[in-house]
Amino acid sequence: MSYSSTVPQAAEAGGTSRGPARPPRTASFGRAVRDTRLIFVRCVRQTLRSKVAVVFGALQPLLYLVLFGPLLTELPGVAGFGGDDAWRVLVPGILIQLALFGAGFVGFGLIAELRSGVLERLRVTPVSRVALLLGRVLRDTLVLVVQAVMLLAVGIALGLRAPFGGIVLGLAFVVLLALSIASLSYVLALMTRREDAFAPLLSTVTLPLMLLSGILLPMSMAPGWLDVVSRFTPFRYVVDAARAAFQGRYSSAAVLEGAAVMAAMLVLSVVLGAHRFRRENA
Amino acid sequence: MIETRGLARTFTTKHGAVEAVCGVDLTVAPGEIVGFLGPNGAGKTTTLRMLTTLLAPTAGSATVAGHDLRSDPAAVRRRIGYVAQGGGADPLVPVREELDLQARLYDVPDRGERIARLCGRLDLDGLDGRLTAELSGGQRRRLDLALGLVHRPPLLFLDEPTTGLDPQSRGNLWEHIRRMRAEDGTTVFLTTHYLDEADALCDRILIIDRGRIVAAGTPAELKRRIAGDVVTLELGDGPDAAARARDALSGHPGIREAAVTGDTLRLTVENGDRELMTLVRTLDAAGVELAALHLTRPSLDDVFLTVTGRSLRDAA
Ligand SMILES: Nc1ncnc2c1ncn2[C@@H]1O[C@H](COP(=O)(O)OP(=O)(O)OP(=O)(O)O)[C@@H](O)[C@H]1O
Ligand SMILES: [Mg+2]
Repeated sequence: MSYSSTVPQAAEAGGTSRGPARPPRTASFGRAVRDTRLIFVRCVRQTLRSKVAVVFGALQPLLYLVLFGPLLTELPGVAGFGGDDAWRVLVPGILIQLALFGAGFVGFGLIAELRSGVLERLRVTPVSRVALLLGRVLRDTLVLVVQAVMLLAVGIALGLRAPFGGIVLGLAFVVLLALSIASLSYVLALMTRREDAFAPLLSTVTLPLMLLSGILLPMSMAPGWLDVVSRFTPFRYVVDAARAAFQGRYSSAAVLEGAAVMAAMLVLSVVLGAHRFRRENA
Repeated sequence: MIETRGLARTFTTKHGAVEAVCGVDLTVAPGEIVGFLGPNGAGKTTTLRMLTTLLAPTAGSATVAGHDLRSDPAAVRRRIGYVAQGGGADPLVPVREELDLQARLYDVPDRGERIARLCGRLDLDGLDGRLTAELSGGQRRRLDLALGLVHRPPLLFLDEPTTGLDPQSRGNLWEHIRRMRAEDGTTVFLTTHYLDEADALCDRILIIDRGRIVAAGTPAELKRRIAGDVVTLELGDGPDAAARARDALSGHPGIREAAVTGDTLRLTVENGDRELMTLVRTLDAAGVELAALHLTRPSLDDVFLTVTGRSLRDAA
């Protein structure tokens, strides 16, 4: 069988290509699940070897919580602020910030593996391509959950009072957000392939997104034009949804909108990530 | 086991296109050990990365281990092993975990036993708890090899496998490769800069230069075909003896080149073994007295020099 040079990309296993001795789809699904577990376990072990990094990763949001939070409780008359409610606004914002920056940086690890040849070594094995992405992303999400729980504990100690169900729902938003941001971070890392190209791109993307999402102060305080701009960024909806959840307004428009935006973002980023990992020389 | 037609890869860089491999046709039979020889930048690694599904060719086609490279890369991957030039072990992962993961990804049934045997053969015993970063360069190279061999692939690609190994480890690896071929019929495609390695290990050698295969054959064939054997004749009697000997031999069919320096005559002949007797007889008949006679076979280095116009040692 031969192909011409105009065929754009290599068709990948598990896809539409035909040929003899191809394992059935269910087998390749089973393989993907098993491989995801293998890669996940490997990644978790790597993380456990550098536990300090997990703590330090949560340090910046922790400082916001401890050194900036108390100021907000002293801001009476501003929408949603003043008194105890301040924590229910601030803590979800800080958690989303954690997801944005924590998961945003995971691409650096992949660039290191690209350089040391680990990724190529794995790509020569029959390992499921999707597992190479999902194993990592799930580890990143686990790390984030641990950090988020640490932050929540500090928040509660400082005076956060929120219904348990609301905290769990808010946390679910944070986890899904981390999942999609980690995927996107890996996509960017594989596209740039070098730290010195990845780092500036990352901060160019994350900083405006963070400011526009109303992580520190709710966007309801923003002047009209800023409010409009922020409605074009996905995080705005996720932050609002997490806040509504913390306030116990489970079926509010904010939660529903946030869930819809989150679902769309999740699908898009995982599909993008999977596509990128399946491509040649990913 | 491997068959390529017009395999090519062009990289696009900021400074224009780099034609790393331009139209390689090669065939490797099952059970063969084939050496891929070429100066730096000749396109060896690029060819290997294409054959191992890591890099899409920009043109051409290839069948590797019975499966089409482009339409069924997953089937190719299940049947090959690859040890990259720069290795592929994670510096921050212990040796044991790397080997175990690799064996699991390849579904090696007798994992523990296989890893233990391989570590024994490649002298990695007692290192399993160490991080890869804590190994010496040669130990790390042997770990790379173990990672590529753990699943007993029918087809093995090795990119400069012995670079950085001490002579004993090189010998061990050669022996291991020969044994894999003898026991499991493993086909091996390896690149190397060491001519003695190609000579000692490979059934066949392909020489690549600037992305093209410029010569191919068994080590002996290559040496014979390209450089010929060198016969040096030392002549005893009189200052013009060498010139007389040259004249006596002119027109002799097997001789390609004859050069006189002082009282020695240097001949390049097609097949030294066969020509030697007739050379002596011809000189005897012409009455030229011979003081000494040497036959030197060309090294692969000479072959390399002839084919690529540069010495492999300079290039490497
Ligand atoms: N990713 C890449 N992008 C651009 N050019 C590349 C890339 N990889 C290789 N090249 C170029 O392709 C050519 C062939 O490189 P290759 O690595 O195949 O050489 P090689 O024969 O393995 O050399 P060596 O003996 O030094 O390992 C070189 O000119 C190299 O600079
Ligand atoms: Mg190379």
